[in-house]
Amino acid sequence: MDIFGDIPWYIYFAAMILKVLVAFVFVLLTVAYATYAERKLIGFMQVRIGPNRTGPIGLLQPIADGIKLFFKEEIIPAQASKFAFVLAPLVALVPAFISFAVIPFGDSIQIAGYKFPLQIAAYADKAGTVYDLNIGVLYILAMASLGVYGIVLAGWSSNSKYSLLGGLRASAQMISYELAAGLAIVCVFMVSQSLSLQAIVADQSGLFGWYIFRNPFLFVAGIIFFICSLAEINRTPFDLPEAETELVSGFCTEYSSMKYAMFFMAEYANMVTVCAVMTTLFLGGWHGPLPSVLNFIAKVYVLMFVCMWIRATYPRYRYDQLMKLGWKVFLPITLFLIMGNAIWMTLFK
Amino acid sequence: METLFFLIVAAIAVICSLMVVTNKNPINSALSLIMTFFCLATLYVMLEAPFMAAIQVIVYAGAIMVLIVFVIMLLNIKSEAGRRTSHALFMGISVGLLLLVQTWYLLVKSSLSSVRGTVDSAMISKVGHTELIGKSLFTDFLLPFEITSILLLVAIVGAVVLSKKKL
Repeated sequence: MDIFGDIPWYIYFAAMILKVLVAFVFVLLTVAYATYAERKLIGFMQVRIGPNRTGPIGLLQPIADGIKLFFKEEIIPAQASKFAFVLAPLVALVPAFISFAVIPFGDSIQIAGYKFPLQIAAYADKAGTVYDLNIGVLYILAMASLGVYGIVLAGWSSNSKYSLLGGLRASAQMISYELAAGLAIVCVFMVSQSLSLQAIVADQSGLFGWYIFRNPFLFVAGIIFFICSLAEINRTPFDLPEAETELVSGFCTEYSSMKYAMFFMAEYANMVTVCAVMTTLFLGGWHGPLPSVLNFIAKVYVLMFVCMWIRATYPRYRYDQLMKLGWKVFLPITLFLIMGNAIWMTLFK
Repeated sequence: METLFFLIVAAIAVICSLMVVTNKNPINSALSLIMTFFCLATLYVMLEAPFMAAIQVIVYAGAIMVLIVFVIMLLNIKSEAGRRTSHALFMGISVGLLLLVQTWYLLVKSSLSSVRGTVDSAMISKVGHTELIGKSLFTDFLLPFEITSILLLVAIVGAVVLSKKKL
């Protein structure tokens, strides 16, 4: 097969497996410590101390939480649809993780004379040209649109009214905001003229090469994309599906033990993914002053800090305000941005 | 290796599509249908049509099936046990067989298998699948493309008019 180029197949496979492992472990660790960081940060912002009992300054808290959830009793409601009930946490978790397959998390590296791009779904040929998935951005959109199934299935199969209402709210919200997020990305396509994430990152070298600084329309598009992504992954201030004052805890009311932990992990994994996508599409990917991988990680962590900051700051939206914001504010603005971007690009070529 | 992979995907596709029609619970049927769409998307990727694969997942698995699942859940459709008659079974099998024979005829007997277009794998990897589709949509197939967009617009307006009682 020609994809191996002059790389022996065992080195090719070893590099692939290594890349998958590194990316996966990185996301898992980030997810675990994001829960700790969020509790600690929000604690400081509300003049509390936050978790500090398990290990030095509470650093072992995520592990303790994991062990606790793992040993809890597993409860499946008698009236639940068993198949869908068991399937739902998996369906919620998997799309969040596999989106990482197309995100370039660093520049290509040379090992033993062979070139390896730091992106799971990519390879380099003999001449050193990097090929990646031609439709990387569409792949991310596709995976984002699948996340809704986990929540819908969880809401329906639990056979509880709180779960069902939470599930319905979540899916309506995700479908509405997917549209505006997708349209905001269209502005990026117009500038990059490519759907491949390698090409998009390569086009953003230098500080003012970042797409968010290219023109005013892209700046607004970037901010709208971030807000819509927050709404799509049900983060505060758009966390109505789990609004505990009205819906107990929404679609995961009936879940316990590891299944509940999987929903929790899916939420944080989605947050990591959204921040990584935002970094790649608008904030220059791995470009920056540090070594490439560190740049990427730093940008992702800064965005995650912003997510937590928003959670500590803003109250929750009301459901009708949320829908109005999605359909009557963001959707027209993104359509206008596409027009504006096109005009800008023709005027200032 | 590619053949092996194709066989696995094809087997899953066939099993899932059988489960769509044999499952008693409508939600499980819908889930099997989603799985079938995934297998189709995988087949598109193997045919070097990644754009089609992505659109398959976004449009069918991500949008249309969500609506179908919604309708099943909200109308609370119960399982279909005992409502299936032997007439329906007979009709289904005969139409399926007819379609199979037709496909076989089209592939083996007609001129379809001998026609070769200008687009091949080398061209796709050089130009890009999305660019190729975009170019032909906006040049050779411009009129059908525009007519489709008008049709979609009419459908959207119709949906708004039907669902909104007071405009």
